[in-house]
Amino acid sequence: MTLEELLPGSGGFRYNFAFLDEGAKREVRRALLKAVALPGHQVPFASPELPIARGWGTGGLQITMSLIGPNDVLKIIDQGCDGSVNAVNLRKLLVATTGVRTTFDSREATILQSRHRLPEIPLKPHQVAVLQVPLPEPLRLVEPSEIATRRMHAEGDYARMWVSLYEDVIQNGAISLTAGYPCRVNNTYIMSPSPLPRWDLPLLNGAEHLTLLGAGREKRVYAVPPCTSVQPLEFEDLPFTVESFAGMSCARCGSSGTFLDEIYDEKTGLSSRVCSDSGFCVLVREGAIQPRRPTHG
Amino acid sequence: MGYVAVQGGITAIESSEKLNRYLRLRGTSAPLGVAQIMEQMGPLVDRVMGEGGLYSAFHAALAIKQACGDPIEASFLLRAYRSTLRRLVDTLPVRTGEMRILRRISSAFKTIPGGQVLGSTSDYEQRILDFSLADETEEAQREAVNSFESQLEGAGQALQPAAFRAVIDMLRDQGLVPPVPPESTQEPTDITQESPTFPMHRSGRLQMLARAETGGVLALAYSSMRGYGMVHPTVAELRVGRVRVQIPHPWRKGAAVTLGSAVLTEVQIVASMEKAAEDVKPTFSLGYGSCFGHNEVKAISAAVLDRAMRSASLGAPAEDQEFVLMHTDGVESSGFCSHFKLPHYVTFQADLDRLRAMRGANE
Repeated sequence: MTLEELLPGSGGFRYNFAFLDEGAKREVRRALLKAVALPGHQVPFASPELPIARGWGTGGLQITMSLIGPNDVLKIIDQGCDGSVNAVNLRKLLVATTGVRTTFDSREATILQSRHRLPEIPLKPHQVAVLQVPLPEPLRLVEPSEIATRRMHAEGDYARMWVSLYEDVIQNGAISLTAGYPCRVNNTYIMSPSPLPRWDLPLLNGAEHLTLLGAGREKRVYAVPPCTSVQPLEFEDLPFTVESFAGMSCARCGSSGTFLDEIYDEKTGLSSRVCSDSGFCVLVREGAIQPRRPTHG
Repeated sequence: MGYVAVQGGITAIESSEKLNRYLRLRGTSAPLGVAQIMEQMGPLVDRVMGEGGLYSAFHAALAIKQACGDPIEASFLLRAYRSTLRRLVDTLPVRTGEMRILRRISSAFKTIPGGQVLGSTSDYEQRILDFSLADETEEAQREAVNSFESQLEGAGQALQPAAFRAVIDMLRDQGLVPPVPPESTQEPTDITQESPTFPMHRSGRLQMLARAETGGVLALAYSSMRGYGMVHPTVAELRVGRVRVQIPHPWRKGAAVTLGSAVLTEVQIVASMEKAAEDVKPTFSLGYGSCFGHNEVKAISAAVLDRAMRSASLGAPAEDQEFVLMHTDGVESSGFCSHFKLPHYVTFQADLDRLRAMRGANE
């Protein structure tokens, strides 16, 4: 079976539009509705196997498959990049089974599926961000058992989380948590944000768009509805900070207020910095938008 | 940066797919036939059907061919295919007491009602590499088959009792094992339709064990056998055989329609003694395991883990159902293990930033 054979109009065995059957899509959407109603709360769902390996974005993929319609415009990125092999692979499957239009420009997308990044340009109310999640449970850091962590969330018992952050400060001089930094959503549940880098958390707080998060292997979905507070855990005398790229700029587009990846030249071994958001970087280089100047961090 | 260049990804993936196909086919031997795998690699096909959760030797063999023999990858192909199939109807519980026996042994008693049947096993073969297999001819194949079949005249009838009692039922008559609990009115869990929640109903636990990766359940069961939990099992009964698969008759109430049959391995173990309450006499405890096809190591391991997970205390990893069941699915564990090969440029950059900041702060 090749992907070409899955395309609508070709002969042979045909998969449903967006691969999942309608019953499976409804099941995901029911779980998503509950997730939106309880911001940050992890909702179990069946999560059947897909033709993509577990841990490679099957949670996000099921959300996208359950939401997408023929008129949607899709953008898929992996760690900020449109051309990363996994983004290419997921896009190939969704295009083959839906025929929808895809874009690299985040402003055009109606559904943006991403692994571990939000675009630098804040999303608008008509856009949905779908994030792929490997480990949805923020309390796993302090408690390995699912029975115990579900109880802790239900009782709002986050004492051990706070103690672990305090111990981190005492032992390391700072909170050493990096991507996937735990956040309090809507002043209620503590949530693991994707793992987005800390840089993206201000983009999530009070955002105009809906964010849906899916963990396929762990069989959980959760959500941050529009205009919902997302507060990284912090101490009054030790405020949360994002990654610092002070004094650095993108070697390709010249922006200095974006999340910058460190790269090493294949021949010289010298390091330089480039925008992690490849779509943003291309728009700047094409002259469609102005290079970013530091706003935070 | 070829790995992430915007168009490079597509070309790289397609080239890699072509390379895979080339590496599989570049030798001088004929392409492997699916029928050959089905007929000559029975244990592998059975294992993939079990871990893939789909009883179809053809699809399992095809998956094995496509995965170049990797059982976890083949199971994954089968599971992904399975989730696209329509679910038509739930079958009735299979009646293993009416199993057409291919093999049945008990290590508890020398003789048992219905008899012990050694059947097909490599247990007592000397594990000596057989170099004559290196150039087995079709002529030798026919000869071996004809010679075996010519000895079969009249054999077989004596082997098969119409229905036989399980060894543990004999022990149960004497009160030595716990009575059968009253039939549950609760619908069995369906692990393909619900995400696991803990504590999990036993029906769900046994399903997860049946679909778990053989090596994974073996490792955890072995930890229990060796000393982390100490379930030392006696195999009351191990059966391999063919059971009828039936569904309720669409309109005749109480009647059943037979769709076909499936080969299962079923194991009942008797383990350490226990007392259910202060005022009752002690009994042996029991463990049950079953899986698709002929896979004895897996069924015994599942039975040991079933027993271990019902221990009153959480003294060992194998006694913790969440620990056992969440870590033995081959498709999920191998997928997650492989995902670490994906780019982590952003998350690692976040780590680097933090480490550099903290080193700066400490200096």
